[in-house]
Amino acid sequence: MKYIEEFQDPELARRLLDDIHATVTRPWALMEVCGGQTHTIIRHGIDQLLPEQVELIHGPGCPVCVTPLEVIDKALEIASRPGVIFCSFGDMLRVPGTGRDLFQVRSEGGDVRVVYSPLDALRIAQQNPAREVVFFGIGFETTAPPNAMTVHQAKKLGIPNFSLLVSHVRVPPAIEAIMTSPSCRVQAFLAAGHVCSVMGMGEYPELAARHRVPIVVTGFEPLDILEGVRRAVRQLERGEHTVDNAYARAVRPEGNPAALAMLEDVFEVTDRAWRGIGVIPASGWRLSARYRDYDAEHRFSVTGIATQEPAECRSGEVLQGLIKPHECEAFGTTCTPRTPLGATMVSSEGACAAYYLYRRLDLAPARTAPLEASPVV
Amino acid sequence: MCLAVPGRVLDIGEKDGTRMATVDFGGVVKEVCLEYLPDLQVGEYAIVHVGFALQRLDEESAKQTLELFAQLGMLQEEFGDPWERAAAEAGAGDGDWPFADDIAQQPHTGDAVQEAQQQ
Ligand code: SF4
Repeated sequence: MKYIEEFQDPELARRLLDDIHATVTRPWALMEVCGGQTHTIIRHGIDQLLPEQVELIHGPGCPVCVTPLEVIDKALEIASRPGVIFCSFGDMLRVPGTGRDLFQVRSEGGDVRVVYSPLDALRIAQQNPAREVVFFGIGFETTAPPNAMTVHQAKKLGIPNFSLLVSHVRVPPAIEAIMTSPSCRVQAFLAAGHVCSVMGMGEYPELAARHRVPIVVTGFEPLDILEGVRRAVRQLERGEHTVDNAYARAVRPEGNPAALAMLEDVFEVTDRAWRGIGVIPASGWRLSARYRDYDAEHRFSVTGIATQEPAECRSGEVLQGLIKPHECEAFGTTCTPRTPLGATMVSSEGACAAYYLYRRLDLAPARTAPLEASPVV
Repeated sequence: MCLAVPGRVLDIGEKDGTRMATVDFGGVVKEVCLEYLPDLQVGEYAIVHVGFALQRLDEESAKQTLELFAQLGMLQEEFGDPWERAAAEAGAGDGDWPFADDIAQQPHTGDAVQEAQQQ
C-alpha cells in the first residue's frame, strides 16, 4: 500500500481498505461519474490500493471534456467577432476546437476574458454597455444554477448586451445511456456528490431499481472515494441495488430547492450532444422561451456550425469507460497536454490528463512509442 | 472549474437586489452570491462553486477539505492565474500575459493561496 501514508487520515483509510478487502469475493466494476473523483483516484493511487477484483471505470463527468467540438467552434467564432467580449472559465482556454482554441483567439486579438463566476461576466456587461458580452455556459447540474441566476439577473436588471452560450448537461440521462449501452460493464455507480448537493437524489431510486444497479452518492476526497467504494461493494456482494448517500455532510435528499426553482424557471430540458459520445436524449438544458433573447447562438447566428472530431481521438470510449486513456494509441505520443487531440487530455478533470499527469511514468515501460520528455504539471 | 470549495462567510450585504457575501477560502477572499442559501449567516461555512454558495457545511469538514485542497495545490488551480497556466501548457513564452483586465486575477489578499498551502 505504497500511497496510503499520503491520506489525510491514513488509519481510517486503512480500515476502509481492510473492510473492502474483507468484503469482496468476486470481481466488480464500479463507475465513478465525476471527473474530480477520477483525479482523486489516480492522484492517490486508490485504484491500485483496492483489491484486484474491484475495478474503477472512469465516467463521463467532466464538463470540459463532454462539451461538443461544434460548441467550442461556436465559441471561437463568437469570440473572434469585433465588439465582443467573450468570458469563460479558465478551463476552457485550451480545449481544442477545429484548428485552434480560445487562448489562440486571444493572442490573435480577440477579447477573451477569464472570470471566476458568471456574475463577473454580467458585471463586465454592465461596465461595457457598447460591447456584446457573452458567457460560455457549460457544466453539469452544479454549474447550471449559477449560470441560470446570472441570466435571470440580466433580465431583471435589463442588461441587454449580455448573453449565454449554453451547453449544459445532466448526469442521470448519461447514467441511463451508459446502462443501456450493449457494451456496458458497469455494476455500480459512485454518483457525483456536488451534482447531488444541488439536485438531491430524487432521480436516482428509479434508475437504481430499473437497472438493478447500486448508486452511492460520493464526495471526491480520497476518504470519500474509499467510503463510496466500500458501500457499493457491500451492496453488490449482498445483491442489493439501492441509493445510498455517503456524502451526507453536503448532500440533502431534496437538494437545494432555491437552485432547483431557478433551473426550472430559466432552462428547459433538451437533447444534447456529448463530445465523443453523441446525442443523449434529454441530457441537457437550453434557455427556456422566456429567456431566448439571452441565447448567444441565436444572437450571433452560429446555429449552423457543425464539425467533425479528429478520428484518432478515442475520448468517446474513454468517457464511456470502454477503454482506459493509455489504451489510446495517441496517448502520450501525438496527444499530450501541450498538444491535446481531445478535451479529455486538456481538462483539469479529464481522464486522459489524470493518467498523463500521475500515471504516465508507471505506464511508460509498457509502451513502445517514445513519450514526451518533460512532464507538464 | 468543477471544483467546489468550502469557505467561511465574513460579511453579508446586498448588490443589485441580490444577497451577496464576502467569503474566505483559506486566505483567498471572494465575493459570493447567497441567493441559493438565503439563511446562511456570518461565520458559517458553505460549499461554493463558481461564486455561488450551494450547500451548508459544518466547520470541521470545511476545514479538513480546505487543508487537503491546499496541500494538493488545488486552491492554486482554482484561484490562480488561468492564463499563466494555459500559457505554460501551450509552451508559450513570457510576454503574452498577465493581462491586467481579467477579473479572475485581480488582487486577492496578498499571497493568500501560497500562505494557505504553507499552513
Ligand atoms: S489520449 Fe488524447 S487522443 Fe487519446 S482519447 Fe485521450 S484525448 Fe483523445
